[in-house]
Amino acid sequence: MVAHEPRTVPTETDLRDERLIRENRIFGPLDPAPEAGYGMDAPPRMGFFTDTSVCIGCKACEVACKEWNNVPETGLDLLGMSYDNTGDLTANSWRHVAFIEQPVSREKLAERGTATGGQAGKETPAFEGLPTSRVAAPDMAARAATTGKETGTRPGVPPSPEPGAAVEMATEFLGMPSTVLPGQLPGGERTDFRWLMMSDVCKHCTHAGCLDVCPTGALFRTEFGTVVVQEDICNGCGYCISGCPYGVIDQRVGDGRAWKCTLCYDRLKDGMMPACAKACPTESIQYGPLDELRERAARRLDHLHDIGETGARLYGNDPSDGVGGDGAFFLLLDEPEVYGLPPDPVVPTKDLPAMWRTAGRAALAMAAAVAVAFLGRRP
Amino acid sequence: MTAGEMGSMGREAASREPSGRPPVGERFRAFQESRRRGEGKREGGEQPMVPRAEFRSYYGRPILKPPVWHHDIAAYLFTGGLAAASSMIAAGADLTGRPVLRRTGRVTSLAALGASTYFLIHDLGKPERFHHMLRVAKPTSPMSIGTWILAAFGPAAGVAAIAEAAPLLPERGPLGLVRRILPPVGRGANLVAFVMGPPLATYTAVLLAQTAVPSWHEAYPYLPFVFAGSATAAASGVGLIAAPPEETGPVRRLAVAGAALELTAMHKVEHELGVVSEPYREGRAGQQLRLARRFTVAGAFGALLSGRSRILSALSGAALVAGSVLTRFGVFDAGKESARDPKYVVVPQRQRLEERGLERVEKVTTPEAD
Repeated sequence: MVAHEPRTVPTETDLRDERLIRENRIFGPLDPAPEAGYGMDAPPRMGFFTDTSVCIGCKACEVACKEWNNVPETGLDLLGMSYDNTGDLTANSWRHVAFIEQPVSREKLAERGTATGGQAGKETPAFEGLPTSRVAAPDMAARAATTGKETGTRPGVPPSPEPGAAVEMATEFLGMPSTVLPGQLPGGERTDFRWLMMSDVCKHCTHAGCLDVCPTGALFRTEFGTVVVQEDICNGCGYCISGCPYGVIDQRVGDGRAWKCTLCYDRLKDGMMPACAKACPTESIQYGPLDELRERAARRLDHLHDIGETGARLYGNDPSDGVGGDGAFFLLLDEPEVYGLPPDPVVPTKDLPAMWRTAGRAALAMAAAVAVAFLGRRP
Repeated sequence: MTAGEMGSMGREAASREPSGRPPVGERFRAFQESRRRGEGKREGGEQPMVPRAEFRSYYGRPILKPPVWHHDIAAYLFTGGLAAASSMIAAGADLTGRPVLRRTGRVTSLAALGASTYFLIHDLGKPERFHHMLRVAKPTSPMSIGTWILAAFGPAAGVAAIAEAAPLLPERGPLGLVRRILPPVGRGANLVAFVMGPPLATYTAVLLAQTAVPSWHEAYPYLPFVFAGSATAAASGVGLIAAPPEETGPVRRLAVAGAALELTAMHKVEHELGVVSEPYREGRAGQQLRLARRFTVAGAFGALLSGRSRILSALSGAALVAGSVLTRFGVFDAGKESARDPKYVVVPQRQRLEERGLERVEKVTTPEAD
């Protein structure tokens, strides 16, 4: 893992720069609203900082979002993999709480002084000595991974072609919510573990793949730097769905259009907080000017490192990353892929100039081939 | 169970921990290690039936949303390319005095264009809003660029095809005038279609590559050549089927050139993209692409060797068309598969991060070169 020394991240004020906005239109750090034509006096860029270290998995954000935005229900299917029965972000779920069950990390145990034998007088291993029974977690997880879900959207929550990856997860899948006891190992023993929860949402990228490829102009950049679909314009071409490097945007069946988080554009315009942040009981979801959130996140990260939570890292906060930084970024306690996030997302548009050049060369080759074939000798 | 209860039970349990036994975390990891090394069953434990993957993920679930495009779009990749290359061949045939080849090219182009329009609109979530594509022109959206390429190509190819109806008109009167005007108008329109043909045949490669779909995106240096070659081979194939031997000389040469371009570029797609080449070789997509290769090779040799035999020429032409169709469907399906599987997202991105980590170290240790 890369060391977690605090990085100096440029502020939005630094990014609101004529030169950056001119030169980094396709890729690189910039403040998106002025680039989109709102001028240098656009409102400050607004976003979310989701601090997963204080998420309690209550799903109030999912509910509040559905209530406020009138998002259709997604049924009561059980996915059989954890307490996550939403499965993924879809056109009908604009917030999604992920649940991951893991044994406590080696570093953490060493930190607590438990690695060398016992409790160090402070912490007791969770569930030690409780009744035990047989466990079926790995196979159950593999089975669960091949379960899809009818969400009323496409592609929605499709089954996984990689049950093997679920098995990888499943050695750390400690039996919730299975019929066996939490923290139980094959062999009947029980172990210390941790439970990671994370409320996922549209990242409102600085360079948004969905926005770049939209052929109708239905997706647009707001004055707050967020990315919103206009439902009266979208014709359901589905390009945005393949364009998103995070797998966020999705198509509603029947309706045919693409839907995703709007960062409560309507509420923002009235100076209100988005519904999910408002409903979050632990301030895991924090809303505000991105500058302020990045500062707050850096302080939180330092604090967590100071108290020994060495796995803590920020995700999507860096304007020099592959998407120019996210408008909604996260504090994670493990690698991004464990939460279902891509470890190093890059906006496809980064390579677009090269793609057009290659296509141009191929087009010329084709024209030349036809010309030569006909100019050649008559048979 | 409340946290308090758990805590009190845990404390009682602590006193029962047999001395000399490693703590539970250690035992758990030893157990994990033993499974990783594939050692035998532990007492009372169960081995997973499914082999373990070599990357981490969220319960093995897809990270990306697989494309929602149906096979309409795969079919359009073929018909769009066919329309483009057919118009180009028709223009060549027109200028070099090959009337049957010209008529075949123009009519094929219009028919393929009609099919393309149907496929494109049918695949929309809201087909009645197809004209919303005309609201904007966006260089970052190949679909928007493609809309405008089609808007320029379509009428030109249409007029060129309609000009083929000239001999059916009466020789006298106002329609007689139309009859005389149509051929030069058709030639002009056909030349416009010739110019718009290569962009039409190749922009679809950018359409696929300008996505987060790993196997499409990473293939961007080769896909335009695959599609240009595939379109050329298919349209040459149609020419071989319909035109008499004395007119097919150019399309035989073109068929070979197109097939060679397609096969060379496709070989690179299938082998030079690291892990994201896999979907092109495996499963349904792999089958389609292997079959496509056989058809294309057979069609190209047939085009060279069939000489004056109409039947052999037509069979070669049909093989080239089949090869092109299968190539498009194979490429389409391989991309979808790569988006469905978290492996093709996590593994290359992790590699990229590791390489960048190395780069960072090198930058620190080596002084600036320039």
